[in-house]
Order: sequence, then C-alpha cells, then structure tokens
Amino acid sequence: MEGISIQRAARSADLNHFALAGDARKRYILTPMPIRSPFHDRVARYCTSFAWKDWAGYYAASHFGETHLPEYWAFRESCAITDITPLFKYEVKGKDAARLLSRMTVRGFEKLPVGRVAYTCWCDANGKVIDDGTVSRLGEAHFFITAAEPTLSWMSRLSRGFEVELLDVSERTGALSLQGPTSRDVLKQCTDANLDALKFFQTTSAKLDGAGVQISRTGYSGDLGYELWCNAEDALKVWDALMTVGRDYGIEPAGIEALDMVRIEAGFIMLGVDYYSAPHVTIDARRSSPYEIGLDHCVKLDRDSFMGQEALRAEAARGAEWKLVGVEADWLELERLYESYSLPPGLAPAACRDSVPLYLDGKFVGQVTSTVWSPLLKRYICLASVKAQYAALGTKLKLEHTALYERKTVTATVVERPFFEPERKRTP
Amino acid sequence: MATTYDAIVVGAGHNGLTCAAYLAKAGRKVLVLESRDSIGGATASEEIYPGFTFSTCSYVVSLLRPQIIRDLELSKHGLEIMPLDWTFSPFEDGTSLLRGPDAEMNRRNIARFSRKDAERYPLFGQAMSELGRMMKPIIESPIPEPSKLTPSTIFEALRLGKQFKGVGEEWLAANLKMMTMSAVDFLSEWFESERLIGPMSVSGIIGTFLGIRSPGTAYVLLHHYMGEIDGAFRAWGLQKGGTGGVAMAIARSAESLGVEIKTGCRVDKVLMTGSEARGVVLVNGDEYHAKAIVSGADPHRTFLGLIGEDRLDEDFVKQIKRFKMRGSSGKVNLALDSLPEFPGLDQESPALRADITIAPNIDFLERAYDDAKYGRFSREPFMDCVIPSLTDPSVAPPGKHVMSIFVQYAPYNLKEGPADWENQREAFGDAVINTLERFSPGIKDRILHRHVLTPWDLEKTYGLTEGNIFHGELSLEQLAFMRPAAGWARYKTPIEKFWLCGSGAHPGGGIMAAPGQLCANTMLKARAV
Ligand SMILES: Cc1cc2nc3c(=O)[nH]c(=O)nc-3n(C[C@H](O)[C@H](O)[C@H](O)COP(=O)(O)OP(=O)(O)OC[C@H]3O[C@@H](n4cnc5c(N)ncnc54)[C@H](O)[C@@H]3O)c2cc1C
Repeated sequence: MEGISIQRAARSADLNHFALAGDARKRYILTPMPIRSPFHDRVARYCTSFAWKDWAGYYAASHFGETHLPEYWAFRESCAITDITPLFKYEVKGKDAARLLSRMTVRGFEKLPVGRVAYTCWCDANGKVIDDGTVSRLGEAHFFITAAEPTLSWMSRLSRGFEVELLDVSERTGALSLQGPTSRDVLKQCTDANLDALKFFQTTSAKLDGAGVQISRTGYSGDLGYELWCNAEDALKVWDALMTVGRDYGIEPAGIEALDMVRIEAGFIMLGVDYYSAPHVTIDARRSSPYEIGLDHCVKLDRDSFMGQEALRAEAARGAEWKLVGVEADWLELERLYESYSLPPGLAPAACRDSVPLYLDGKFVGQVTSTVWSPLLKRYICLASVKAQYAALGTKLKLEHTALYERKTVTATVVERPFFEPERKRTP
Repeated sequence: MATTYDAIVVGAGHNGLTCAAYLAKAGRKVLVLESRDSIGGATASEEIYPGFTFSTCSYVVSLLRPQIIRDLELSKHGLEIMPLDWTFSPFEDGTSLLRGPDAEMNRRNIARFSRKDAERYPLFGQAMSELGRMMKPIIESPIPEPSKLTPSTIFEALRLGKQFKGVGEEWLAANLKMMTMSAVDFLSEWFESERLIGPMSVSGIIGTFLGIRSPGTAYVLLHHYMGEIDGAFRAWGLQKGGTGGVAMAIARSAESLGVEIKTGCRVDKVLMTGSEARGVVLVNGDEYHAKAIVSGADPHRTFLGLIGEDRLDEDFVKQIKRFKMRGSSGKVNLALDSLPEFPGLDQESPALRADITIAPNIDFLERAYDDAKYGRFSREPFMDCVIPSLTDPSVAPPGKHVMSIFVQYAPYNLKEGPADWENQREAFGDAVINTLERFSPGIKDRILHRHVLTPWDLEKTYGLTEGNIFHGELSLEQLAFMRPAAGWARYKTPIEKFWLCGSGAHPGGGIMAAPGQLCANTMLKARAV
C-alpha cells in the first residue's frame, strides 16, 4: 500500500517539526510510541480493554469494555463521548482569512456568517482531493479548521500574498465529541450556552465548569451531537464535568470501532479508507475528485479562482468517472450463501474497512470501501465507489463475499445514502 | 353496517397486528378490533407512574422473526432493538456470575466455580445453536399435516426433514433426547456447578407450571435459545421506549398498508350463518361483517368465549378445555430513585445492564415450585430482572431507573381461589421485594413506585386466560401438531371462515409474530380471503 507508507513518513516528519517546536519534543523523543492526548488520564481509566489504536500518532481507544457494542448503542440511544484530539486543528486569522480559505478549498467563505460551520474539502491543482474537514467562522477575520492530515505547510504555501496569520493549535487544543439523543441534555446541565438556539452546523463559545470551550453542533455520527474544543490544560476538568452530569443521561466513553459503525450509517466518508489523499498516492487511479466521493454539494465553481477550479470545471462539464454510493447487500441471499455451508451468517458485528470488488455480469464495476452490519437498521450496508453509469438508485450489482474460503457473490443494490438520518439531527 | 371487510382480526396483540398487516400487504381490506383502549396486548409500554415507562408485561425481545422485520419494514416504523448481551446471576453468599459475549471472560468467570464447566460452556452454546438452527425452519413455516398425531411424530417428521439431512444418527439421538428430559437433567449432563445449572435451567420453566426437574422442560430451554440462532444479528434485546414499541411499529406498518385499527371495541361473539363465521358483534351491540374472521385472543377465550361451546363439536371442546393455560407467573415493575447495587459490583459494571437472574441454586428453584404446587405463590420466587433505563434513558427521568421483574411462581389457582389474588397481591409484591433485598441490599429504599401484576391481573387487564403469558403452556404436548388441538394446528378452526392467529397457535408464545404471519400466509394460500 504505497499510500499508507507515504502517509506515515509524512506524519513522522510532522512530529519532528513539533518536536523542535516545544514540549512535544520530550514526549516524542523519550517515547517512540503514540503520544497521549490531554484526556488520556481519564480515557485510560475507562479503557479496561487495553485496546488502543494509533490515530495520527496519538493513543486512541478502539473500544473501552469487552466489546464496542454498548458504545455503539450509546451513540444511538443515549450519549457517546469520544476523544477526537488527534484531529489536526488550525486557526486562520487576519484580513484575508476568508479569502485564503476560499482559495484553498472548494467553496467560498466570504459569506459564511460568524458562528456558522461549513463542511468542505480541498484539492490539488488537478482537482483531486487532499483532505476534508470543517471550517468554523469564529469572528469576521477568524476561522477554525479541522483536518485529518497535517495541513499547515499546504496552507502556508497557498497563503503567500495574503494578509493572514496561520496557527497550528493541534496540540494545545483538546477536542471531544459528544453525540447521541441525550447529548444536548448533558451539555445543558453543565454549560451556559443557549443550546436550544444553537442550530445544526452552528458554533458558540461557552463556559463549562469555569473553562472556556467552543461548542459546535457537528459530528461524525449523523445524529444529534456536538464537538467541543478547549485548551489542553482544561481538558480533564471538561471531561470530568461531562462525565459527572452525563451519568444520569447514559453517557459512555466510545472508541473508534463504534464511531466507525455510526459514521457508515450516517454515510460519511473517511480519508484513507473511502478515498486517498491525492499527494500521498503515486497513481491517478487512487486519486479522487470531490464529485467522485460524494462531495458535489461542497463545490462552488463560479467564483474567484481556487485550487483545482479549472480541472473541476472541466470534470463538471464532462461528468465524473466514478461515484460514491450507498449499497445494501441482499440479506436473504447472504443467509442462503452461509446456509449452503450449514453456517449461520457469520459477519463480524463491526465495521470493515477492506475494499471488496463489485461486479455486473462478471465485469468489475467498482468496490465497496466501508462495510457494516447495522444493528440498528438490521441492514448490511456499504459505502462504495462505482463507475458513474452504475450509480443510479436501484442498480443491482454483485458484491464479492466469502463465507467459507471460496469467493462468491451476493446481490447488492445501490440505495440512498445516508442510511440513517433521524430528525433530531437538525431539529431545534 | 356500511363497510364490509375482507377480514376482521379480533385483538390488537402483536400477532393480530402482524396477521392484519400481512393480509393488507396482499391487498385485503382489514379491520382490527381491540377491547382495550391501547394496542399491543402483552406487548405494551405503559406510563403507570409519571415519568416512568414500564414494559408492563413482556420485557425482552428475542424471537421476533427477522423476515417479518423485513417484510413489514418494522425498522422504518420504529422498531429499535438494543442488545441485552449479558446474564448476571448473584448468589446468596455475595458472589456472582456474569456471562456475556466475551468467551474469555465467560471462561474466567465460570472457572471460579468449576474449571470443567468453564471448558464445556462454549461447547454447550454451540450445540444449542446448532439445534436451534435445525428448528428454525419449523418455526418459520406452518406445521405439516402429520399422519399420526402423537408428540413422537413431531420428531419423526423432524428426522425426515431436510434440515436434518447429513446429521449423524448419534448426534440426533443425543440431542433429540433432550426433548423429553427435564432442564436440570439435561444441563447436568453438561455441567457440574449449580451456579451455572440454576440460572441456566430457568429458561426451561418460564411461563410453565412445571419445575426445573419436570420432564419436557429441556425443550422449553431450547425454545428460549432460538433467539440466538442468528448470532450477533438477532440476539436478545430491549425495544427502545419499552416493548410496546414493537406492537406500535407493527401497527404503524399495518396502517400504512391500509389496515384500520379500532380500540375500545370488545368483541362479544362471532356471528355465524350455519357453520360459517360472517362477522362479529361487540359488547355494545355494534356489528361488523367480513369474509373471514381471525382471532388473536387465546384458544380458551376464542373458542369457549367468542364462539361458545354450544356451537362446537364436543370432542373439540374437550381438547380446548384440556389445553393447559394455568398461569404461573407475575410481574413487578419498579420505579427506582437510583441504581440498585449488588455486592462486589461497581456501578460501571455491565452486570447491571444484564439480564439479572435470581436463581441461585436448584433447591431454591425447587422450593419455589413446591409453594406453587400447593396453591401458594413462592415465598422466595425465581426472578428475572432487567433495568432498561440504563441502555435507554428515555424510559425514566434523568438519573432514575425502571426495573422490570418477571416472577415465578405465582399460580393463578390459589388455594383460596384465583379471586383471592385481590387480597394477596401486596403480600406477593412484598415477597418479591424481600427476596430481591437479600441479593441487592438497599433496593427497598430506592423504590418510588411498585406495580404488581398477578396472573389474576394479567387475565383481567390483558385478557390472558388464567394469566398464561403464552396463551397456553409451551410444554411438549402443546406444541406443533398439538397447538392448540390435534388436527387444528394450521390456524384453521372447526368453524368455517374462522381462524386463530395468536400465541395459542403454532409456533407459540413470545414476541415472535410468527403465528400471526403464518396464519395470514395460510389464509392467503387457501384463498380464504
Ligand atoms: C408478564 C409477561 C411477561 C412476558 N415476557 C416476555 C418476554 O420477556 N419475552 C417474550 O418474548 N415474551 C414474553 N411474554 C409473552 C408474550 O408477551 C406473549 O406471548 C405475546 O405478547 C402474545 O401476543 P399475542 O399477539 O399472541 O397475544 P396478546 O398480546 O395476548 O394479544 C391479544 C389481544 O387480544 C385482545 N382481546 C382479547 N379478547 C378480545 C375480545 N373479545 N375483543 C377484542 N379484543 C380482545 C387483548 O386485549 C389483547 O390485546 C410475556 C408475557 C407476559 C404476560
């Protein structure tokens, strides 16, 4: 996987950069292992499974208890709290801040009102996606950006000639995600923010047990939920306050495995899984345009020039070659396939990130990239990239599936995405 | 009357609703008449105490057929089952056993009582799943017409069935033997520790008037295991917002298919012309007519009540009267001020989210049964508890909890007669709480409200004859070809155009919806509507 190794190289180069910058240096040099987020002391206390993962160089809990399923249900029935500090976080300040972001990403920011958050992605000059993330407008000339990959150098390269100040706040900002139907009740009990007035994709600053926090109504679960940003020094205080109040609302620390299930139900793509960052791969076949990964709605072509504009304009005119779609495997066929080996259906009750080919009349037409059996929807659902001519809703394809050694196929239908979208996600 | 329907279903229990939905899906015009003011029957969520939603009767969902979930798009209509993965069994000496989805944890926990049992445990689960898988086609299709009507023919038929092809004789013999054994005998062939046998044996007696040493209870054990045949995809679970949500989802699906549901309509009699049913009359005198009438009420209520002995063949009446109802269980629902505690557990332990089984040893369960044999409720009953508010906070105010306690034995026929339950209800509630207090010290002081349901209440409020939770015991002689009567196990009844779709029909009780579905399919196939 050329993509992965190159990403790793980039990441450690980046850590060196920080090591030079300050106190990360000691940690990095003394422990050539993942580093600890400011929430680590608390997270580790709950992580009785010792199931840790490396997420952007940080310790991230895969699951906390024996299995990830109670955490999954907390996302859907009560409230899940996840440490998302490993995201890369930047601030852009100054007169030209909006202009820079409009130039860098596929949408314009001049008209984004203060207090609003926008989801976007950014491309290289060929219109191939580098990364996706959210941009919050905290003030007229003040933006906050999240990214899956380090983006400082890319931003500064593009900022030549702009009057802006770029700040990498990745390390000094702790980040938590609080998702689920009772998340608002929990926050209401411990902050002064007017959460009833905070609409979907809005952000506000607030006090939480005396600590300053930025709360945005966003998340990766497709449900009612919030993301909280605070100073690293306040992290434990914030965590403790949320957990104390949250107890009455069924709060559960949730790890990456449960998060992966809900994000597939919500139809969200993931960098490195459903698409690859353009500069981190060596062949074009692995690169994707926004149109090919379901981000059409983000792209605003008719405005001042931005990275990849020309290529994207041409692609919009021509039509994208690939499309990201939701696919559902036929459960009865799957059951019969297993039955033919005298087996009960043997899918793992967890998300799967392995790519699996899709066929039509024996011909390769695409691949599913993320798959999960949704315990909530009782459906076996996948995110897939298919050639554009097979992307229409209702198209029946064949999904490779191995029940016992032998590769077989089952019918998989192109269906609507997101698979799960409760009203409460948007309603006041 | 203005409208004529293709079919009228009596009773909006989950089976009646399922039957109606399937008929409507096939394009038929269907009316459902329910005597209570709310739907669901024994599948109900009720706010008995302000702010607390109780799953008043049934509380765990395990058998609901996946095909029905798909056919009726129940997920879309609000079905949301959250898993109940653990079983927690506290013992009187303050120790406890927690079993769950993690095989290594099970081995460790069981090994504290028996290393051999710990090793056997996964093999047992595998054997039961295997048996359950073979039984699956049986609960998913109407029972075939047998040539001879004895329980042994059931297993003859099984032996011939395609699901048993390729299975060794030896395996069959070893496993089919379980059908006639007692739960304890069967489990004792596998395990040595009572701390395992006790809590595991109770699945064999739920809803029956049998003891864990009574022959035939091993089969009931299997019936309860069938919920696990699809492994992770359909294990035990709790419906969001309480069990009533299951019936509500089916009702919404039915309504979207055009079914009309009327509550507060108690059917008094089935109207007949000659030997044919043609409609129903309500207690208030209203009449409704249809090409076919389906009853979702239990067999006693259906045949001895809605039809009446005088309109039925004497032999058939005898069979129905012999069909054992004899309710043996009650329910106590608690509104709690805070989470109960068990010795040695911290509040984060998954044990509290488990199915909490108070069945510490074989003698305890036998003593509980002894009381019942002599017409008393168990002084120290077996209890099966869940705290759904831990997984689903929507059923209780923040920080408060509901606890659902299924209790056995509470015989319908008290020594003093069933009506004496009116005098013994609170004493029964006290026995339950006092017993529970021994395992969970301090629970008494957490109770904000206590709701006690005796078999007498189950009959009076939910229309379950003699309070039997399954519309008739799931004992061996009352299953398959024999449910509810020999020769009438295919939803058809001796009355023309009159059908039975409730839990008293094959494959039986529990929130399974299979009788309702299979009845509708049988009717459609027979072109009865
Ligand atoms: C206390 C208790 C606990 C249980 N726990 C579980 C459990 O945890 N898990 C599980 O799977 N199963 C459980 N069960 C069993 C399960 O609830 C039942 O088997 C199932 O709900 C029965 O459904 P049904 O549709 O066949 O009948 P019912 O739910 O009994 O429905 C019959 C309906 O018909 C109506 N009716 C009757 N007569 C008339 C009339 N003359 N006119 C109009 N309407 C009429 C009744 O009011 C009722 O609504 C439990 C049952 C009880 C009582």
